[in-house]
Amino acid sequence: MVCPDGTAEVRAGERCAVRVYIARRLLLAVPTLLGITAITFVIIQLAPGSPAAMAVRLGGEGVRSDAIAQEIVEQTKKLYGLDKPIPVQYVLWLKRLVTFDFGTSYKDQRNVLEKIAERLPVSLQLSLTSIFLVYLIAIPIGVYSSTHQHSLSDNVITVSLFILYSLPNFWVATLFIMFLGGGDFLNVFPIYGLVSDNYAQLTFWAKVGDRLWHLVLPITCLTYGGLASISRFGRVGMLEAIRQDYVRTARAKGLSEKVVIFKHAFRNSIIPIVTLLATLLPAMLGGSVIIESIFSIPGMGQLAFESILSRDYPVIMGITTISALLTLIGILLADVCYALVDPRISLE
Amino acid sequence: MKRTSQGYWAITWRQFRKRQLPMRGLVLVVLLGLVALLAPLLANNRPLIMRYQGTYYFPVFREHPRFRNVDFDELAATFEKGDFAVFPPVPYTPTQYDLTEHLQEPSKKHLLGTDDRGRDVLSRMIYGTRISLSVGFVAVGIYIAIGTVLGAIAGYYAGKVDMIISRFIEIMICFPTFFLIIAVIAFLPPSIYNIMIVIGITGWTRVARLVRGEFFRLKGQDFVTSARGLGATHFGIIFRHVLRNALGPVFVSATFGVAGAILTESALSFLGFGVPPPTPSWGDILSQSRQYIEFAWWLTVFPGAAIFLTITAYNLVGEGLRDAIDPRLRQ
Repeated sequence: MVCPDGTAEVRAGERCAVRVYIARRLLLAVPTLLGITAITFVIIQLAPGSPAAMAVRLGGEGVRSDAIAQEIVEQTKKLYGLDKPIPVQYVLWLKRLVTFDFGTSYKDQRNVLEKIAERLPVSLQLSLTSIFLVYLIAIPIGVYSSTHQHSLSDNVITVSLFILYSLPNFWVATLFIMFLGGGDFLNVFPIYGLVSDNYAQLTFWAKVGDRLWHLVLPITCLTYGGLASISRFGRVGMLEAIRQDYVRTARAKGLSEKVVIFKHAFRNSIIPIVTLLATLLPAMLGGSVIIESIFSIPGMGQLAFESILSRDYPVIMGITTISALLTLIGILLADVCYALVDPRISLE
Repeated sequence: MKRTSQGYWAITWRQFRKRQLPMRGLVLVVLLGLVALLAPLLANNRPLIMRYQGTYYFPVFREHPRFRNVDFDELAATFEKGDFAVFPPVPYTPTQYDLTEHLQEPSKKHLLGTDDRGRDVLSRMIYGTRISLSVGFVAVGIYIAIGTVLGAIAGYYAGKVDMIISRFIEIMICFPTFFLIIAVIAFLPPSIYNIMIVIGITGWTRVARLVRGEFFRLKGQDFVTSARGLGATHFGIIFRHVLRNALGPVFVSATFGVAGAILTESALSFLGFGVPPPTPSWGDILSQSRQYIEFAWWLTVFPGAAIFLTITAYNLVGEGLRDAIDPRLRQ
């Protein structure tokens, strides 16, 4: 392989391979992204209940005459370019996409990218925190239960993880709100939004505490499912690694159990878990639609839900594109990490 | 004595039976299936069997013109000597409402309480089983069909066909699936069939990848070569010979898939995009509970527990099946 910048040293060659690999994957991501946006575009345009009809319902209070309603529909269609055939509309949308122009929201005429940029940090804060927590908790659990296989604690852990895995998160969220959020039952946690009403008057540390206190329930709901699946994978991976010849060799050399487990078995078992990161991110973004609506958190999930309800095409398209982009980046990062940690995998 | 060798499914069953938890899951799966099938016999305001003025009637099974507009509870009060009526265990239909009894806590009369229109929650949950299971099975049926055909074609023909299908699979994987499902469902008129179709169309990628892999593994084996030598068509080889050997993993995936589809359906109903009212579904009861979240714990706890138990049961069976078909775990 010829490196684009022509460097010939061995280390540089390796780095160059990574760079070429990333470039090629990014190129491959383009048709994928086109496919995703095209499918979404066609589906939402074909579905009944156009934004033009919504405009009649919203703005046409008291309008009884069908002719006037029809006129409003036609005007709205023209305004948003909905009178053109779908392929033409899609090409127009793509043209604007190249300059990162997602158009303006039908609802409040604001720039779509601006609206998303406002909401994305909130959602990323939630999902990145819970991904971090998932790995922080799941890896020790996986290692522990694999090194204590068939013990009582391993069985208890396995069964509890299985239960966690099957618990619907919208049910858990509703239970939390019911039993820990006031009403007839305990009132431990706030169940609404990201900060309290008196947030502005709080001192710095009280602000931090207030924010964290608001995040406890939503993050728990987002975290436990991923936790269950990652620790299960972690356990299986460790069990496989422990049975390998090199672990037996390490034991035979007289290395301590700690070194054998953490230096030999663990390092090898962690590789496949890394790739799961890529599947976790889209799942979190999807899950945030429900969790954010339940806890009234002003993130992307809530924006997505609202834009679907109000048939806000530009916002729906913007969110689909950006979350697909994030997913593609996640998969790419996982693959690159995979290749970097495992020398057997070639980037060619 | 003649001993025949055991078939694939017999061996799988023997392996499956050895494990306790998956067997319990299977029992639960069968019970839930029975509840769904027998829902009208379990929750109904008409008696299963009734003797009235010397004649026997079976009002649940057959509607008698004589009792068309009769309230059987009132009728039972006028019974003469020798008359009797045996009601189903839950003597309410899922849509029968009584506003004077709305939002009642669980009691002897309404074992799991009532909702905001005074409908019996247990009766609604029994009928909700039908919605959940039918969505689970039909949706998974659809995506198994799509996934198997596409995966088989990709794996069998390889080359360019495989490249196109694989790219398509990759596109579907990067989709924010749940978001897409909500978007589509929100735009379509509410109906159970739309939910089944949308979950089916978005869920096939895992099966397709699985079948594709199995075909890559199997198509070079001797039995395929000999089938081809005997003049079998491509169609025959794919569906009669190779596919049959790839079905095990597909079944495992289908079992987990039913759990996933039930979860998706209840999440949709929870968000208000489920089956149209007054059809009862678990997610729908759960979503109603949000209006009375200060006190109506029975509207939250019971339907959620039903969803959870069903998902757990199918996941347990899936795990057991996966281990049972894995030759490495066989003793």
